[in-house]
Amino acid sequence: MEQYIAQIQSFTALGLGLIIGLGAIGACIGIGIMGSKFLEAAARQPELIPTLQGRMFLLVGLIDAAFLIGVALAMFFAFANPLLANFS
Amino acid sequence: MAGQAPESSTEYITHHLEHFKVGEGFWTWHIDTMFMSILLGIVSILLFWSASRKATSGVPGKWQAFVEMVVEFVDNQVKEVFHLDRSFLAPLALIIFVWVFLMNAMDLLPLDLPGLIASQFGIHYWRVVPTADANTTFAMSITVLIVVIYFSFKAKGAGGFAHELVTAPFGANPLLWIPNFVLNIVELLSKPVSLAMRLFGNMYAGELVFMLIALLGATWAGFTFSSSLSMAGQVIMGAAWAIFHILIITLQAFIFMVLTIVYSAMATEAH
Repeated sequence: MEQYIAQIQSFTALGLGLIIGLGAIGACIGIGIMGSKFLEAAARQPELIPTLQGRMFLLVGLIDAAFLIGVALAMFFAFANPLLANFS
Repeated sequence: MAGQAPESSTEYITHHLEHFKVGEGFWTWHIDTMFMSILLGIVSILLFWSASRKATSGVPGKWQAFVEMVVEFVDNQVKEVFHLDRSFLAPLALIIFVWVFLMNAMDLLPLDLPGLIASQFGIHYWRVVPTADANTTFAMSITVLIVVIYFSFKAKGAGGFAHELVTAPFGANPLLWIPNFVLNIVELLSKPVSLAMRLFGNMYAGELVFMLIALLGATWAGFTFSSSLSMAGQVIMGAAWAIFHILIITLQAFIFMVLTIVYSAMATEAH
């Protein structure tokens, strides 16, 4: 019995790392690309900065969202693992 | 229970994730979520109403100037993408923005304060952030879906909307009607799901990080070195995350509003 619980816990822990790590990689690359493009565009045409800034923050939220949904899911599994519910 | 030392960190967090609920199964009512969201809705209406009662064409007060700024900001957002009569969509976008912002802002209250107040009334569970409950966000996004469908009917008529549903991406060949229809339904249904999950995921993750930070100080055992260190860690990290969270709550309210506008604008455009 205990070894099954341990097995589920260890696989869950690995899964949490993958969820948060891969999500972070994706979100960081995405925001990095977008930020560099924004700076390029701002340097080229400084008069567009107010318009572009609003769009950039909108996209930051959109890109960040998928990652944060992943973090929320991972946290949920870390503290109230539904896969362990069968054992209690 | 608020005010008492938590027995273990897992217990502390699962306790804080428990809703104050009434009922069983499908008919479970999250009283805390409903109370807080309705209260904040009334507050946001009253705040803006008080500004409009006292509005003058002379020198505006600080509050009136702020409200005018917010209204103008939202109206400009709507004007940019939505080209029909915006007497319905602009107020809707405004109230979505203000309401979601206020509900998100409940995240910035001290973590144990709502529970402490609720426990004075004999309630042991009280989650104060309504948008960290998937029920709230899905209710809002399904309402947005209804608004989008309403705009589709209004702009194209029942015939035009039905025509678009079966012919939109690929073409009018009868063989393609079913794939077109399936694709359109998926597109229509993915909007509220992504809208709701985005807001819920952000707020839920934010709330959980606040709880994890709060655990640092929960190890307090007198004025020892390690206790003081973790206490200082809680204060510093809590402050840093709260400041970052001000950006997130505003951003998520803004995104919810902008996407409502964009979806409505997409619905009114003919293919």
